[in-house]
Amino acid sequence: MAMAVRSNLYMLGTRSLDKMEGFGQFCVFVGRTFRLISSIFSDRGLQTLAPQAFMIGVQSVPVLLITGLFVGMVLAVQTVEQFQSIGLEERMGSIVNLAVLRELGPVLASIMLAGRVGGALTAELGTMRVTEQIDALRAMGTDPIRYLVVPRFVSCLLLTPVLTAYSDLMASIGGWYITVQIYGVQSYPYWKYAGQSIEWWDFATGALKSLLFGGAIGLVSCYKGFTCRPGAEGVGRATTEAFVASFMAILVLDFFSSVLMQALYRGIWGFKSAF
Amino acid sequence: MANQNQHEKLEAPAAAADRAVPIFEMRGVYKSFGPLQVLRGVDLAVQAGESLVILGGSGSGKSVTLKILIGLLRPDRGEVYFHGRRIDNLPERELVQIRRRIGFVFQMGALFDSMSVAENVAFPLREHSDYEEEKIQQIVLEKLRSVGLEDTAGKYPTEISGGQRKRVAIARALATDPEVVFLDEPTTGLDPIRADVMNELVIKLRDDLHVTVVAVTHDMTSAFKIAERMVMLYDGQLIIDGTPEQVRRSTDPRVREFVEGRASFEDMEAIRTRR
Repeated sequence: MAMAVRSNLYMLGTRSLDKMEGFGQFCVFVGRTFRLISSIFSDRGLQTLAPQAFMIGVQSVPVLLITGLFVGMVLAVQTVEQFQSIGLEERMGSIVNLAVLRELGPVLASIMLAGRVGGALTAELGTMRVTEQIDALRAMGTDPIRYLVVPRFVSCLLLTPVLTAYSDLMASIGGWYITVQIYGVQSYPYWKYAGQSIEWWDFATGALKSLLFGGAIGLVSCYKGFTCRPGAEGVGRATTEAFVASFMAILVLDFFSSVLMQALYRGIWGFKSAF
Repeated sequence: MANQNQHEKLEAPAAAADRAVPIFEMRGVYKSFGPLQVLRGVDLAVQAGESLVILGGSGSGKSVTLKILIGLLRPDRGEVYFHGRRIDNLPERELVQIRRRIGFVFQMGALFDSMSVAENVAFPLREHSDYEEEKIQQIVLEKLRSVGLEDTAGKYPTEISGGQRKRVAIARALATDPEVVFLDEPTTGLDPIRADVMNELVIKLRDDLHVTVVAVTHDMTSAFKIAERMVMLYDGQLIIDGTPEQVRRSTDPRVREFVEGRASFEDMEAIRTRR
């Protein structure tokens, strides 16, 4: 019995130490990426940035538009009848747009990006690792973090807020469609109350969150690719781990950024009702 | 018969006296991966202009030796020198300057999948030189011509054969006119004819371009053809260091088995008694 307990404790301790060591290595990786970020402003840096921006940004637009549309429609479907029962269906514009701008838009758009873009980045860099292409870069005197990670990180960081904005717009239109076209609520009040309740702070909250989420997706996906184990199984496992880790990072960052932005708002302007 | 615990050093005394500072030198290098000790106190010097072949069975540490010499791996113990300057304790950004003076050809070529053959060969020039694009294209064509592949310039690595990929990798390694070229298993996976083409290329590097060549292989035909000096790794140590003729005439049974391609008595017994 004592042996079994000791053995389990040992295993728990070893795994905890491994996780901490892994987190430490990730922090070193993040530090090196930030230290080399200014390299993106050189001619060579911009040449490496452009194709990444296209793959991460332009090619993600259709799926983010569809994501936003359905987020808005589902939100409206779930809430409009409840608001109709208390005679506040004209306020649907406030509810849909506030929820999308502050929370659902950044989170769901980023989760979609974590799956689409994050998985692709991890698989690409993981394959490069197992075929020694990353070692080839180092052997030629090129820093693989500068060449591979920085353009991908900067693209994720800067383009996630832009993509989230597209997604939010489609969510607003989707919410309008369900509320007005399907449930017969007047169109004018939908947009009027949306305009009255939304402030620039809501845009800032959404933009800050999507910036943080984009950065997390870029760093986590690239790190998992760089550190994947050999073989097809290693690349596959790294891709799955990257998505899960990105998803967890999004949830944690969402919570803390929400708390921070709410506390800042309350500190500056006090509490404001959405109704 | 040579004492099996002694490194059989067979250099002519006159040649030893004339040695300048070696280009690369390993002193007392140890390297382990987990519980597996790959190198156990290896001393190796690479002289300028020579063609050195490192022999050894699969998993004997040949590729690890190459990677330690250029700093892709750090030794657990021991020292590595480049032109008399210690490099094993240098940070990565300082190793970059050294790696720009060497070429490394990986076992499977490690060409960048997203770039064409010409772009692969141009890569080190674009990264590390101030040449105009026209000059770069000129050099690329010259290097591809030197390996007989000028017609593949516009193709991608997935569109050419394994042997062609290795030759493109050699062209890329030569792009910056390095002092030393390292080749990791240059003939592995090639048919006998393509393997001999590779051998001729290596001889051309040595004789026409006067590049120092360090190749690791377990292909004895290739080894005897390209080597001016041979060393052999066995159980983490160098067990012989001499000319090809001296290696061929060695009485060490471990060397004999390898040179003659003969399974050991223990291996044969294991196969015969297995049901």
